[in-house]
Amino acid sequence: MRLKTALLGAVALAAFAPAAMAERGADGQVNIIYWQAPSILNPYLSGGTKDIEAASMIIEPLGRYDQDGVLQAWLAAEVPTVENGGVAADLTSITWKIRPGILWSDGTPFTSADVVFTHEYCTHPEGGCAQLSKFDGVESVEAIDDLTVKITFKAPTPVPYGPFTGGQGPVIQAAQFANCLGAAAPGCTDANFYPIGTGPFRVTDFRPNDVIQMEANPNYRDPAKPRFATVTFKGGGDAAAAGRAVLETGEFDYAWNLQLAPSVIQGMVAAGKGQAISAFGTLVERIETNMTNPSPDLPEGERSTLKHPHPFLSDPAVRKALSMAIDRELLVEVGYGQAGRPTCTIVPSPPNFASTRDDCLGQDVAGANALLDEAGWLRGADGIRAKDGVRLSILYQTSTNAVRQDFQALVKQWWSEIGVETELKNVSASVFFGGDPGSPDTFQKFYADVEMYANNFDGTDPQSYLANYRCGNEPRPETGWQGENINRFCDPAYDALLDELARTANFEERGRIARQLAEMLTVDSYTIIPLVDRGRVSAHSNSLGGVVLNTWDSELWNVADWYRVK
Amino acid sequence: MLTYTLRRLLTAVPTLIFISFVIFLLLELAPGDPLADQPLTIPAEVRERMRTAMGLDEAAHVRYWKWLVQFVWVEPQVILDRWLGTSMAEGELRILSWQFRAPVFDIIWQRIPQTLTVVGIAYVVGVMIALPIGIVSAYRQYSWFDQIGTFVSMVGFSVPTFFTGVLLIVIFSVNLGWFPSIYDTTLRVTDWPSFVRQVSQMVMPVAVLALYNAAQISRFMRSSMLDNLNQDYVRTARAKGMGETTVVLVHVLRNSLIPVVTVIALGVPTIFAGAIITEQVFKVNGLGQLLITAIQANDLPMVQTLTFVFAVLIVTFNLIADILYGILDPRIRYD
Amino acid sequence: MTELAPAPAVEAALRPPRSQWRDVWDQFRSHRGALFGLLVFGSIVMFSVVGPYLWTVDPKFIAIRSRDLGMSWAHPFGTDQLGRDIFARMMAGGRVSLAVGLTAMALSILLGTLIGVTAGFFRRLDGLLMRLTDLFLALPLLPLLLVMVMLFRESLARQFGPETGIFLLIVVAIGVTSWMQTARIVRGEVLALKEREFVLAARSIGTPPRRMILRHILPNVLSPIMVSATLGIATAIITESALSFLGLGFPPDFPTWGRLLFDGVDYLQQFPERVIWPGVYISLTVLSVNFIGDGLRDALDPRIRGR
Repeated sequence: MRLKTALLGAVALAAFAPAAMAERGADGQVNIIYWQAPSILNPYLSGGTKDIEAASMIIEPLGRYDQDGVLQAWLAAEVPTVENGGVAADLTSITWKIRPGILWSDGTPFTSADVVFTHEYCTHPEGGCAQLSKFDGVESVEAIDDLTVKITFKAPTPVPYGPFTGGQGPVIQAAQFANCLGAAAPGCTDANFYPIGTGPFRVTDFRPNDVIQMEANPNYRDPAKPRFATVTFKGGGDAAAAGRAVLETGEFDYAWNLQLAPSVIQGMVAAGKGQAISAFGTLVERIETNMTNPSPDLPEGERSTLKHPHPFLSDPAVRKALSMAIDRELLVEVGYGQAGRPTCTIVPSPPNFASTRDDCLGQDVAGANALLDEAGWLRGADGIRAKDGVRLSILYQTSTNAVRQDFQALVKQWWSEIGVETELKNVSASVFFGGDPGSPDTFQKFYADVEMYANNFDGTDPQSYLANYRCGNEPRPETGWQGENINRFCDPAYDALLDELARTANFEERGRIARQLAEMLTVDSYTIIPLVDRGRVSAHSNSLGGVVLNTWDSELWNVADWYRVK
Repeated sequence: MLTYTLRRLLTAVPTLIFISFVIFLLLELAPGDPLADQPLTIPAEVRERMRTAMGLDEAAHVRYWKWLVQFVWVEPQVILDRWLGTSMAEGELRILSWQFRAPVFDIIWQRIPQTLTVVGIAYVVGVMIALPIGIVSAYRQYSWFDQIGTFVSMVGFSVPTFFTGVLLIVIFSVNLGWFPSIYDTTLRVTDWPSFVRQVSQMVMPVAVLALYNAAQISRFMRSSMLDNLNQDYVRTARAKGMGETTVVLVHVLRNSLIPVVTVIALGVPTIFAGAIITEQVFKVNGLGQLLITAIQANDLPMVQTLTFVFAVLIVTFNLIADILYGILDPRIRYD
Repeated sequence: MTELAPAPAVEAALRPPRSQWRDVWDQFRSHRGALFGLLVFGSIVMFSVVGPYLWTVDPKFIAIRSRDLGMSWAHPFGTDQLGRDIFARMMAGGRVSLAVGLTAMALSILLGTLIGVTAGFFRRLDGLLMRLTDLFLALPLLPLLLVMVMLFRESLARQFGPETGIFLLIVVAIGVTSWMQTARIVRGEVLALKEREFVLAARSIGTPPRRMILRHILPNVLSPIMVSATLGIATAIITESALSFLGLGFPPDFPTWGRLLFDGVDYLQQFPERVIWPGVYISLTVLSVNFIGDGLRDALDPRIRGR
């Protein structure tokens, strides 16, 4: 009997050998490639995904979102809720309890003072902090004791999880950044390139826009992790090269965000060295219609402003017909493959907020033609529809990107089938998404009839995202063409419903209102024509285990758990 | 010649300042925003404050003046400090990149080694191949050697490096597995194995660039040699009974070098500008990649500094070319 | 040759005097490479210009269900990722690429030669013009193009229509940013030529500068110009593709060889023909122009002619 137990024990030990014998650094080296290279390791000075994700291996927040978008305690002992008393009943404050015993990589203890300092660092009036909006509505952050932090809000906040969560809200070390407040922040090159963190790795060599070398953090809280002793984090090149290095040559173990045609990825996976993984978040590729007239004949300063409604896109029938003519299934097949799903909403996730209406999905060219006929838009001699001398001729712009150009060509052809003429234009992404008020080609200025791009929201609550489409928030000359209401959508009923959302704390009720708001923009009015719910495709080699792709937080959120498959 | 050189050096200073001003104006005028690559989820007010923190709210002429002072006054002091161990530049604000929030020159120093090794060696190799090919193809015009040389150099020049680079990677990295497809900039050559690794990661980018450079230079060499081979002085030299080698390699070659020297001299600054596409394809991440990512990110201090350094090199090497003309052909006089 | 000379000499004397251009053509004809180049170049031009009338498939038509096809009779070069016929796209692309390549090259050579000859010949202008060259060499290309596109795209499109407007813009953009090397080379040659005996002789009999440049200087700097011109076509075709890739060129659904090549690189392993065809056409164009240039240079050189 004894012997049997011992044997069983031995068998069990053998079966769990990798876990039981796990030792920090036992698996040697791991190579990660990001085709956009990180330029700084301080997410408060750059909001770029590449920078945030690289930094997430080193510095950590109090709470992280897991692959399902559920908030998990990370440096905190537990996630505060109203039920466990962490969130005040009147929703005006939240109290985080820090997990005891956490050390910075330099061996000093992690305390609530660091959290308080992080708030001070980001909200400094001269700082130019990229994550400032995370602290919107925060009245104060105070340390109750060494391991307790209380965040007080100016008004009741139904979702108080903005500060210190996710890749955008890591805690930085007060001692290291003490002299880097405000205007001094950019000058602290050493701190920005070599931040001291609580994460599984620490930086040994940082070459901006090129390569980062890291080693296991000797003071990491779990003595068995990370499994890798060193990391090489290479940046630069293009998505195809990154995919090739993981899937075909096997030089690298993990490649981020492979924005490639599905057939290209399939061809690479066929080499058998690795696999492509995908996950979905809230990113939606959409066509935004312009509610105002972008005509170059209008005087500068009046183009694309509320002074002049659009000659034909202000007709809901035209917008609906444009949407009906599009075959979203095919767009997904051509452009995104496993990383895309046809969608009718701009809030595709989380389930509570996602509208389930899918009446836009089937392509219906005949129906679209009938709709336009009915609305009085009749085909002229050249096959283009017109009404009262207004021709359905559309300037369709987007940023330069192979998939977007394929989409443009496809959509142009479908629209030609319903008698709509389309001129295509593509603008370099750095100009299109740059807010330069001097350039006519920015997406905010919208000197085109329709434009296509992708947008998403941070975290899991769409309130501020939906509030973008509030009347008065449109880019216009008076605001230097800043503003998020790109369509110049203006509906008092929508604004009233937004105010209601901001007052509502009940989770289900918030979901109902948010769904209704999103539907008002999409399937009810087709002000926004959603196309594809875009997921993320990344790739890892067959010998890399423990990868869990996460679109709600940094992709490298669980890098401490990665291991080498033997 | 000496006075000419001195005069040129003196006029170079106002020229360069003017060039720097034009570059600045151009960058100011170009559309773009250093925050273009930031996610759309960052609201407008936050963007405004980030711009202010970069110093973008100051007037253009103030920013130009600051940059100029930093370039000609602060940065040389920093270099002197490093050499002499002094601390003249302490507390002075250096040129900071908007992407990295770090001194522009520190990053440039970091990038020079890989650019010089890859692009520089490729250039030298290219010139070494091109000159003999050009000479032989001209001397044996329309021979099979000339025809093949013409064919290879024309294909080499007309097929862009974004294609040849990827093709080499597919053949030699993916299918044969001989060379790495990604250049390791952290590799230090300390012993024989690391030297082998360095060579093997350099083979493909050097080959691509050398082919491109050689194609161009050999064409100019060939045509210039052809022009000179028919000149009267060649007939005279041969009539005097000089050896064919002397005639071709001393007389003809020297007289044929003027257009070639121009091409070569104009090419040297481009070594420092890096090879943008080739560096991207092989992930060499040198100065070329630095410039293109800075342009894409609208990192104006970085673009301005890099292009200005480039301008200084261009002016210098054009001067060198002009002096070389005088040496190659003593009849050319500038004074 | 000398032994046979008398008879042809008599015949030649009896024939009416031949024009210089006839001589040039005869010499050109005897250059096999040049004739071959002319043939290839002519057929490429025919392919692009006449081809679309014979092969009437719309290069922009998307037949999405027949995408990624290999070569067949229905699609001689196969179809692309959207099911567009690559054969038709090569023809349409050829029109644009050839037009852009030749015009931009001509503009760049014209500017380069003008500036190079002026700087080399007139010492007073040399400093100024060469500093201008330095300036243009130093300007970063991409921001310069961005500025040009931003300033002129809409006004040109309104004046000449979107396609001609963009064509003009691209040609000027490429021409204006690529003349510097030619200028430097030509100037170097002119500086050396200026001191040669025949130029001194011409000057001593009071030849005015204009005639001097046209009759004595230009013919002698022709060969580097020819080389620049051949290389210039390749550069212009490739630069155009880079421009449209950056969103600064033609509308995205407008095929050009450079763009087809660029788009094809991602599919290099699955569909190598997608890169091979545009690559072959660009190389053939450059090669044939190079041979034509060689022949022309020989034909225009009186020392070679008649040999």
